[in-house]
Amino acid sequence: MASTWSKITAAGVAVVALGAATAWALTRPDPHPENYWANVGEADLAHGEQLFWAGGCASCHAATGAEGDALKIMSGGRALPSPFGTFHIPNISPDPNAGIGTWTLAQFGNAMTRGVGPGGEHLYPSFPYGSYARMSPKDIGDLFAYLKTLPANSNVAPPHELGFPFNIRMAVGGWKLLYFTDAPRVELASADDKVKRGQYLVEGPGHCGECHTPRNALGGFETGKWLAGGPNPEGKGTIPDITPAGPIGSWSEGDIVNYLETGFTPDYDSAGGSMVEVQKNMAHLPKGDLEAIAAYLKAVPAL
Amino acid sequence: MKIRMTAITASALCLGLAAAAVAQDNPVATREQMMKQVGASMGALGAIAKGEKPYDAEAVKAALTTISTDMKGFPDHFPAGSEVNSAAAPAIWDNMDDFKAKALKLAGDADTVLASMPADQAGVQESIKTLGANCGTCHQTYRLKR
Repeated sequence: MASTWSKITAAGVAVVALGAATAWALTRPDPHPENYWANVGEADLAHGEQLFWAGGCASCHAATGAEGDALKIMSGGRALPSPFGTFHIPNISPDPNAGIGTWTLAQFGNAMTRGVGPGGEHLYPSFPYGSYARMSPKDIGDLFAYLKTLPANSNVAPPHELGFPFNIRMAVGGWKLLYFTDAPRVELASADDKVKRGQYLVEGPGHCGECHTPRNALGGFETGKWLAGGPNPEGKGTIPDITPAGPIGSWSEGDIVNYLETGFTPDYDSAGGSMVEVQKNMAHLPKGDLEAIAAYLKAVPAL
Repeated sequence: MKIRMTAITASALCLGLAAAAVAQDNPVATREQMMKQVGASMGALGAIAKGEKPYDAEAVKAALTTISTDMKGFPDHFPAGSEVNSAAAPAIWDNMDDFKAKALKLAGDADTVLASMPADQAGVQESIKTLGANCGTCHQTYRLKR
């Protein structure tokens, strides 16, 4: 009898252990192997700077209200409100203690494209690695080299203030299992090179969908709603639909380019809210890239 | 004839009063109307800046004057509680002094441009840059619409 009970207990323990092992295997941090980052070659700093603006690094990592050269001081410290709690944006300046001065390219690259921190921990997807995952190792190398040319700053941001269970980093593994992907967000039937470039910029570094696509209660993108707009996750107001079914559906590609360059809509309304900083970042991009973004926004499904 | 004129004058007066009454009763409608006028004025300047319309001193003057006049009065139409059903951000009432200062900054910039009156398309392009920088700066913090 005793041996039957101990057998059952042993079996139970084995099942639980197997379950835990499976859960761990499916949700553990999963960085690219070291050699993935080995052959990025010599860094192209000008390209790195373009990615800096396309990626909107300054909109979160520069101090609140920063303008001009201050946008290049990646001190962190801004608070990012969300339905899950308040994130405090970290310092990514080259400071060896407060910033990322001692990080390797692999550490930086795995943060950017796999959501894995320098200690091998999960990063919260408030940092849009779900979009940056579409950047190539070469892109990451160029951006990393550019960031290292910016001023060091010793500011240390406070820890995030998140409610249970979002304060458990391990749980991010489950989120990744459900929602993390580097696959294209939309399949475009006949995309020419210009549209493909736009797709890369919008879905990748530009991370437009992070605000313009509505999210479910767990913070994953709602399926079939790519760029369809919704409630503002950072507070009051709404984020507009930027598919051809939304208010910009009546704009020409030239109107979209002009908006990203100047901040003005065709009828001279202006950008508002967080889009103001986004537009100022986009204005740094070559015109060809803005035209590519416009072409892609015309090509996505109207929702 | 005289009666007719009186009637027309009277009805015009009524319309004017009615408009004023609407303006007083509905600060949201008033301020939105003002923003539309400012936007239309920027549009008029923009058309000249882009070369879609020829340079026209009178049109430039009218646009700048509208912007200046509207923006001087604009912050007066934000009584407490009037954020309901509008794109006005609650931050306006938390920072009313800054909000007013930003509105008056645009009015002041319009006055400065008026004083030196842009004389050609290039001048209008410059004035758009000066004035346009104000739009996003204020809308970033104080407007909910993106």
